[in-house]
Amino acid sequence: MNREGGFRKRKHDNVQPRNRKDERESKVNPSSPVLLAFKSFQKELDAKHDKYERLVKLSRDITIESKRIIFLLHRVTSSVHVEDLMCLAEVAISTHLEKVGHVIEEMKEEDMYEFPVLFTSGLQEYVEAISFQHFIRTRSLISLETINRRLIFTPTEVEAENAEKSALPVTQDEKQEQQPLCLQVTPTDYLLGIADLTGELMRMCITSVGNGDIETPFEVSQFLRAIYDGFTYIGNTGPYEVSKKLYTLKQSLGKVEDACYTLTVRGSEIPKHMLADVLSSKTSMSEHEEGV
Amino acid sequence: MSVTDLFSVIQSSLSADQDVREEIRKVVQVLEQTAREILTLLQAVHQTSGLKDVMKKCQKAREHFEAVRTHLDELKTKFPADQYYRFNEHWRFVLQRLIFLAAFVVYLESETLVTREAVAGILGIEVHRDRGFHLDIEDYLSGLLILANELSRLALNSVTAGDYSRPLRISSFINELDSGFRLLNLKNDSLRKRYDGLKYDVKKIEEVVYDLSIRGLGKGDSRVEGKVLEK
Repeated sequence: MNREGGFRKRKHDNVQPRNRKDERESKVNPSSPVLLAFKSFQKELDAKHDKYERLVKLSRDITIESKRIIFLLHRVTSSVHVEDLMCLAEVAISTHLEKVGHVIEEMKEEDMYEFPVLFTSGLQEYVEAISFQHFIRTRSLISLETINRRLIFTPTEVEAENAEKSALPVTQDEKQEQQPLCLQVTPTDYLLGIADLTGELMRMCITSVGNGDIETPFEVSQFLRAIYDGFTYIGNTGPYEVSKKLYTLKQSLGKVEDACYTLTVRGSEIPKHMLADVLSSKTSMSEHEEGV
Repeated sequence: MSVTDLFSVIQSSLSADQDVREEIRKVVQVLEQTAREILTLLQAVHQTSGLKDVMKKCQKAREHFEAVRTHLDELKTKFPADQYYRFNEHWRFVLQRLIFLAAFVVYLESETLVTREAVAGILGIEVHRDRGFHLDIEDYLSGLLILANELSRLALNSVTAGDYSRPLRISSFINELDSGFRLLNLKNDSLRKRYDGLKYDVKKIEEVVYDLSIRGLGKGDSRVEGKVLEK
């Protein structure tokens, strides 16, 4: 009895919903204006999501490439063939710029801010790489305008890259082609990129001591101090992420200042090849103190 | 340029940005106020007596939308037109509410789904992004999902008020909306989350329809309605 009831019930369940669903589906006319409208929404949303995915991929590529450039630049500081490596970095950056060009091509008719994913990682990493290179070259901070100026592409460049991809831009009217394509790094991304730069500088400072370079640490500490002052000047008028990075910045500055202190106090006493060991034990000690 | 100079340039651009946001926030606050007024006006349909003078209420709501249009025009002047998505989060919520309200008014008047063009017309904004301040598609869809939720409530309350045919009409409307949404490939974002709520609204309305049909109510048969009311 019980079993039979269960069976009947199950059978009932199996059949009934399908019927109900069919009924419901058939009630809705597939060519009703509502469904037609939704079909066009489907297309629009899919196009948007596709574009988003493409941009995420490009943004990742930019991030990876930038990280590689940074590593390359770190090798510069510890090498005798400075010029060779700098040339390499220059080449890497210019090929890198092509990728940024693709992004711009994607974004041509878009509001940049619709896809903020690009700006959270890719561009910041790019700012970090290019400002690091600039610092090694000139010992100064690259300005936002300089970065943005490099991100202006004459359409021919981009067009040439994309010529195989699509014939569409060529057939477009002349006026639009004449306009340079540009990607603007926002002040916020610039700031965050610079904050990341300070971490690289700290690493550069410590490794250069290891190579017996006594001047670089002092230059770096001066530069970092100036940046730190800049960040404190902005303070909390900036976005939230900026104030978060301020803490790490302070730590980096502390390490660099510590290194400079050690160099000044004991630099004259210790043989050069042992300096690095002294410094590393010193920094690890101060890290420990901060942890407590 | 020295580091200090560079940072002061950045600082001034940041504070300019903040001023723009402040201006936007002020206008959005006024918009929210108007949206609340319209909602209060339309909430009257849930009252037992409210269903009778629906048209008058819609008329009044449409008058309020004129104020909305002027506020939105003001909002357009507060930021550069090509930076819509930069500040978009400030008005996203209120815009979705307004889309819902416009859709609700149109539904109450004609029992049809408002088109995107019509919403843009009511709010005095553009459909396509290249013409300026526009109606984002995801905002439009979110507005429709709020409408579905509201209608599931209305189905319930119209039964209480003795209107047995309305739930059936709402049911077919929501079903159409539901099959429309099923055509979309949604990403895992806030719209998708809202869409997940739609099935509960559909279910609620189907239950109301079920309750009515096993009691032989609805189907637009006024004699049956009369009998129940006599009891």
